Formats: sequence, structure tokens, C-alpha cells
Amino acid sequence: MTYGISINVNGTQHTNEVESRLLLSSYLRETLNLTGAHIGCDTTSCGACTVLLNGAAVKSCTLFAVQANGATVTTIEGLATNGELHPIQEGFWEKHGLQCGFCTPGMILSAYDLLQRNPNPTEQEIRHGLAGNLCRCTGYHNIVKAVQYAAEKMSS
Amino acid sequence: MVTSSFDYHAPTSVAEAAELLTRFGDSAKLLAGGHSLVPMMKSRLAEPKVLIDLGRIESMAYIREADGGLAIGAMTKYVDLETSDLVKSKAPALAQAAGMIADPLVRNMGTIGGSLAHADPAADLPAVMLALGARLITSSTGGHRTIEADDFFVDLLTTGLRPDEILSEIAIPALLPRTGTAYAKFGNKASHFAIVGVAASVTLSPDGTCEAARVGVTGAGPKATRATETEALLNGHRLLHGDQIDEDVIEAAAARAGAGVDLQEDIHASAEYRAHLTTVFAKRVIREAVSRAK
Ligand SMILES: Cc1cc2nc3c(=O)[nH]c(=O)nc-3n(C[C@H](O)[C@H](O)[C@H](O)COP(=O)(O)OP(=O)(O)OC[C@H]3O[C@@H](n4cnc5c(N)ncnc54)[C@H](O)[C@@H]3O)c2cc1C
Ligand code: FES
Ligand code: FES
Repeated sequence: MTYGISINVNGTQHTNEVESRLLLSSYLRETLNLTGAHIGCDTTSCGACTVLLNGAAVKSCTLFAVQANGATVTTIEGLATNGELHPIQEGFWEKHGLQCGFCTPGMILSAYDLLQRNPNPTEQEIRHGLAGNLCRCTGYHNIVKAVQYAAEKMSS
Repeated sequence: MVTSSFDYHAPTSVAEAAELLTRFGDSAKLLAGGHSLVPMMKSRLAEPKVLIDLGRIESMAYIREADGGLAIGAMTKYVDLETSDLVKSKAPALAQAAGMIADPLVRNMGTIGGSLAHADPAADLPAVMLALGARLITSSTGGHRTIEADDFFVDLLTTGLRPDEILSEIAIPALLPRTGTAYAKFGNKASHFAIVGVAASVTLSPDGTCEAARVGVTGAGPKATRATETEALLNGHRLLHGDQIDEDVIEAAAARAGAGVDLQEDIHASAEYRAHLTTVFAKRVIREAVSRAK
């Protein structure tokens, strides 16, 4: 069965006919060609597929696109404004918060959710806030520093 | 991974959802946060022909004060339980447990109703429901029904819900004066599911005697259970002498928290280790509940 959906993705309203079983991650990557949300585990464990759904960070591999009908979705492609990096993206750049970059879109969007709720997190709170996102490269230290950089920049 | 095909319905009221559930019967599944159901569908452990999405029923997501306790809509997300001042004050163990579930991404989707209806043996909230003496309210085309938490968790992934019933509300009774509640778990390092989790509610008399204790254990066996032997060893005993917690009484009571549990054995922990964790965590949460009851 196909269903008509209308989703605002990164500020643009998209209207499509989709199969009910199409996952939001596949919709974003294959229908809209937004490949920033990565598929790591496809089993709700790694957070590489994280996007913001009405402002809250969620695993897009564990959600059907039809569930997001009428919602606002932000992917990593939608974070920079007019070519200017978001402070969290800048933090990852400045603090070397990435190596291969596979986890980075998810990390950044989880950090976005965290800083929205808690603009001045402690190191512990950052680590807990990113608990749903796995990184196989960095050992997390520079990711924490990147989020601290962003928190400071965003509150100044 | 792709699930099998299904027809999708997105009702906007409980009555409409109940009608759909009655109409489609066994071929349908309710979809709440989807964080147990969607992974099961992706691995084809579940292949419902019809999905009834409760996500658009706004009237199912609320946290209200009711009769001095709480009335919580089944579609309330963990993140809202964890951060609610009302839950923190009326049912501290519930806010505490909700904040320990999985990770923030899962907590942005998972719901209290979905967790309880799914009755995963390693889920956190069932233990809390037992300790708080929650009542679970269902809706169906036939009306409403109330199920005591004690009667709700029947077996592995099996609850007292009838196939045509929707869990619609969770009622948490008011805490008696001088009552403390707490939850703690030994979580799986990857998923954070409870290898063993224990919730306790302890009511003290002014002189520190235990007037009522309820202890719920999850993760240890196939379903969440009350630790009735532990409760009996606390009831009527002095747990506080002035400011001093009676470690001996609590230790002896906690030692029986695994009694009668069909201890599970899996890749995460042996039955023996689970028995040990049950006593350790029972002791921790009883102490914490007592210190909060002061
Ligand atoms: C990576 C990961 C880690 C996790 N870690 C934990 C953890 O540490 N602790 C923990 O407790 N859980 C954990 N979970 C499970 C998570 O809490 C699920 O969200 C929860 O078990 C199901 O809730 P849901 O709202 O997502 O329900 P769904 O997945 O949508 O539904 C689950 C089942 O309940 C039924 N159902 C849902 N709502 C109702 C209702 N109102 N009435 C009747 N039936 C209903 C559905 O039909 C389905 O069969 C984890 C899950 C993942 C993916
Ligand atoms: S791909 Fe979604 S959590 Fe790993
Ligand atoms: S930078 Fe490679 S997985 Fe995180």
C-alpha cells in the first residue's frame, strides 16, 4: 500500500507517495537523496542515522516515513545556514571531533538536541547525552571537546 | 532491512483506534514509539498485516496530577517522564528509571504504554509499576478496565491485556507520607537493558519502622515480579534508628529478593550472577528509598 506524505525536510516541504514500510532513513537517503543520515547498524543501536524529528533527535532507521507525515525533519544537510557552519559543526572541525566521519552527522544532531535542553552541560552530561551514538574512531574525547566548544560559542 | 508489507492506519482518537483493533484483530499491531516493534518487524520476528499508529492520538500523551498521585497517558514518552517535575515529586522512582532507559535517542521515541504492553523481561518500567502499585487502565470498544500492576505481567512478553484492548492510562497512587521510592539497575553496557533492575517503595512510621514496603524486580526472570519475601522481612521492622539506617535488616531482606524468581541464564549473565545482582541492587534501592522517606 502507498500513502501520501508531506514532510518538511530542512525547510523544504516534500510531498511523496510512499510505501508504508519505507523507513524514514531510506526516504531521506533514497527518495530525497539526502545521504547525510548514515545507515550503520540498521538495528537501532549506533545512532549514525540520527535526525531531528520536530526538534528531537531520533534514530531514523527505526521510524516509518509515514509516521513523520506532517512533521519537520532536520538532517545534517540542513544545519549550516547560508554556507556558514553551525557552531557544533565548527566545534567538530576545530577540535578534530571526527576521523572517518561516519558517526559525525548523528553525533552533531544528538549534540544539537542536548544543547537545546541543556545549554551548559558538564563533561558527564555530554557523554550521557551522546550515549546513543557510537564512534569507532575517536575514543570520544575530541567529540566531547567539540561539544564544549559549541556550548561556549552558542552561549556567548 | 525491510519489513513485510502492511496497511497503515493513523487514528486520531482512542475510540477510533479501538474500533480498528477490533476490526482487524490478530492481523493488526498497535504502534507506539516503535522501538521494540519496528526492530522486530525489520528482523521479521513480527509481520503484522496492519499497523495502527497511536502516535497521532494527542489525547494519549499527558502527565496529570490525579487523587494526589499521577495519571499518565500511555503514549507519554520516556523523555517527558524523566524531565517532568510532577513525576519527580509524585513518583521519583519512575522519573529515575525513565532516565536510565537506553539512550536519549530511544527516550525521545519510547513510550510508557509501549514498554509495559511489550513486557520485555529486561525492561525497566515494569519493576517500577510493581513497586508503586500502579493501576493500568485499558480501553476497547467494550469500554474500560483496570488491571492492577500485580496482575499485569503474566509471563515473558505476555501481559493481562486482551487482544482487543489498548493500554490507555497508567494511574500511580499518591505516596503515603514518609514514603521513599527508588530504582537502580545493572544495565547491559550496549543496550542499557536491565540485566537486573530493582525498584522499591518504603513507607516509614515517625520512629523509622517500616509500615509498608513494595519491591519489584526485573531482568532476573522471564517477567517482572514482586519480591514478597523481601517485603515481609522489611514490614514491621525498624529501618531507621534516628538518622542511622539499619544495614542488617536491609541486608537480610535484600538477600531474599531473588527468592521464587525463575532466574534466567543468557550470554549476558548466568543465573547465579543474576541472583547476586538481585540482592546487591535490592539493598541499594531499599537504602535509597529509606533515605528518601526520612
Ligand atoms: C537500542 C535499544 C535499547 C533499549 N534499552 C532499553 C532499556 O534500557 N530499558 C527498557 O526498559 N527498554 C529498552 N528498550 C526498549 C524500549 O524501551 C522500547 O521503546 C519499549 O520496549 C517499547 O515501547 P514503544 O513505545 O517503543 O512501543 P512499540 O515498540 O511501538 O510497541 C511495543 C509492543 O507493545 C504494543 N503496544 C504499544 N503501545 C500499546 C498500548 N498503548 N496498548 C497496547 N499495546 C501496545 C505494540 O503493539 C507492540 O507489540 C530499548 C530499545 C532499543 C531499541
Ligand atoms: S543505523 Fe539507525 S541506529 Fe544504527
Ligand atoms: S569518526 Fe569514525 S566512527 Fe566516529
